[in-house]
Amino acid sequence: MTAQTEKRFKPWDDETAQQIAADNRDRPGALMPILTELLEDFGYINPEFVPHLADLLNLSRAEVHGVISFYHDFRTTPPGETVVKLCRAEACQAMGGAKLAEHAKQMLGVDFHGTTADGRYSLEQVFCLGNCACAPAVMLGETLYGRVTPERFDTVLKKHKGAA
Amino acid sequence: MKIYIPKDAAALSLGADETAEALAAAVPEAEIVRNGSYGLFWLEPMVEIEKDGRRIAFGSVMPEDVPSLIESGFGAAHPLYLGKTADIPALKMQNRLTFARCGVIDPLSLEDYTAYGGFDGLKKALEMPPQKIVDEVKESGLRGRGGAAFPTGIKWQTVLDCAADQKYIVCNADEGDSGTFADRMIMEGDPFTVIEGMIIAGLAVGATMGYIYLRSEYPHARDTLRAAIKTAYESGYLGDNIQGSGKSFDLELRMGAGSYICGEETALLESLEGKRGMIRYKPPLPAIKGLFGKPTVVNNVISLATIPVILEKGAAHHAAFGEGKSRGTLTVQLAGNVKYPGLYELAFGQPLRDLIYEIGGGTATGRPFRAVQCGGPLGPFLSERQLDLAVTYEDFAEQSAMVGHGGVVVFDDTVDMAQMARFSMEFGAEESCGKCTPCRIGTVRGYETIDKIIRGENRAANKALLEELCDTLIHGSLCAHGELIPYPVLSALREFPEDFGLDRQAA
Repeated sequence: MTAQTEKRFKPWDDETAQQIAADNRDRPGALMPILTELLEDFGYINPEFVPHLADLLNLSRAEVHGVISFYHDFRTTPPGETVVKLCRAEACQAMGGAKLAEHAKQMLGVDFHGTTADGRYSLEQVFCLGNCACAPAVMLGETLYGRVTPERFDTVLKKHKGAA
Repeated sequence: MKIYIPKDAAALSLGADETAEALAAAVPEAEIVRNGSYGLFWLEPMVEIEKDGRRIAFGSVMPEDVPSLIESGFGAAHPLYLGKTADIPALKMQNRLTFARCGVIDPLSLEDYTAYGGFDGLKKALEMPPQKIVDEVKESGLRGRGGAAFPTGIKWQTVLDCAADQKYIVCNADEGDSGTFADRMIMEGDPFTVIEGMIIAGLAVGATMGYIYLRSEYPHARDTLRAAIKTAYESGYLGDNIQGSGKSFDLELRMGAGSYICGEETALLESLEGKRGMIRYKPPLPAIKGLFGKPTVVNNVISLATIPVILEKGAAHHAAFGEGKSRGTLTVQLAGNVKYPGLYELAFGQPLRDLIYEIGGGTATGRPFRAVQCGGPLGPFLSERQLDLAVTYEDFAEQSAMVGHGGVVVFDDTVDMAQMARFSMEFGAEESCGKCTPCRIGTVRGYETIDKIIRGENRAANKALLEELCDTLIHGSLCAHGELIPYPVLSALREFPEDFGLDRQAA
């Protein structure tokens, strides 16, 4: 019923990754655009790709690893099919965000940064989705939801499951 | 008939797509326009019908409301009828300068944009010598809307005065503060105004390259900006020889990766250079040695989005709003536990109490008000007794409060302020870049100490220790992150000691 179709991550493949890296290598500050593009495609950065990136950009492996480990988004293991980002910031807290977080953890059976056993969902905490006027907010993949009560969370999850 | 249904992320989060689909199916002859949001979020998804050049609004329209809407002929008898959009009281009372087009136009229609004054400012700027543009911005009294409130014109003057083979304009779209969404809304609802502001900034200081650094939590803004930049290139507003003027400006969108500290301008520059988002020592200022070591203007989205209207209508028009040294408008973002949450662009000087009670309608839950946090996660909490201060940079500073980016987050009486203070420290630790010791380690010791107070371990001694730790953070941190984290903590301790198990006397 909804136009919001979920974008699927592709399984990691070195050839595509190398192409992305090669296409971006001459941009100023190339490492960040390369990493964000890899993330958009695969949902994670394969750590085995680090030496190749270091070589290509004339950086040390430590420098590349340092950048990957600095940013919350750059995970180094494949995420679940859908990443559930739950906002923990103040505006959402003011509208029952903490309760929603507890509920989500229980429903999915994982803590923050965890992936469900069936590989469908990864749960991540974020600090602000910019939906503070419709708190609490949750994002599934790139689909944003507002005024998410525990009941609405279940509905959204069910609808999402049905669509997948 | 034209039907408007917002494509703003917040409207989508309440089901705007489903409503749009239902309307498209039920009224196939209608032209459906996906506009930005006006920011009246308790009324989203807000549907507008354009008949005989008048726009009539209906609030909170869900797919199941569509049949009755059609049956009523989109008339005044329908319970969701709001009347003429422009006459909705919450819109009518605003002073929309920066957000004049947001909600009104199709965000990606260049035709709409120019029909509502878009690129008029640029046209003027193309005829002006750089110094004249900078003078105009100085006279407008515009101060950085990202939070630091530094006079924009003075920053531009510094960059203009630097001799360099390359200069840059960087738009800080890393809107990480909780309770703020104005940047997101304007990028989604009127992206060309951000682009126009950046081009004018480039003309003013002699920069030919610009970057927008956007946070990864905003995929909708990302898609809109990508499309808008493409259109601007195709129509000769970006690239070489802008509109036949002989001037050039290139613009690129870069994505962040979930780091709050990258909203700090020097960390942002490091990130743009492809490095860890570690803050830099200042001086040198980014205006002198910024991106890739070159003179760089780093401005917030709203600052840049306000430039076109300043050029279009003149500095005096902008400066006529506001009071004292707070000129122009503030895009107040009312959020959290408030009945009428949304974006309100208002002249500076409104009393905070009116924002919460008159405009915001009090708490959403209907319970008594307890606290408000202004200026993001690093802004202090204010209690009932402090609500009479006016929203200007000066009045807020006098109370050690922060206007910041205009975020106002309201809490009712169920809030546990000791937990909020703990959260501030935890958040501070999570997002510290780690460069300086007070911030890296102090924030961790901070929430550990708050935990001890909450558990009742040597409360008085641990409170004194926490205050001392906060003092170290304020005076010993390298950037605003560490300097400001103590403010919410200390304000919670001072205004709400009972939540920590401390009595008011001892506090």
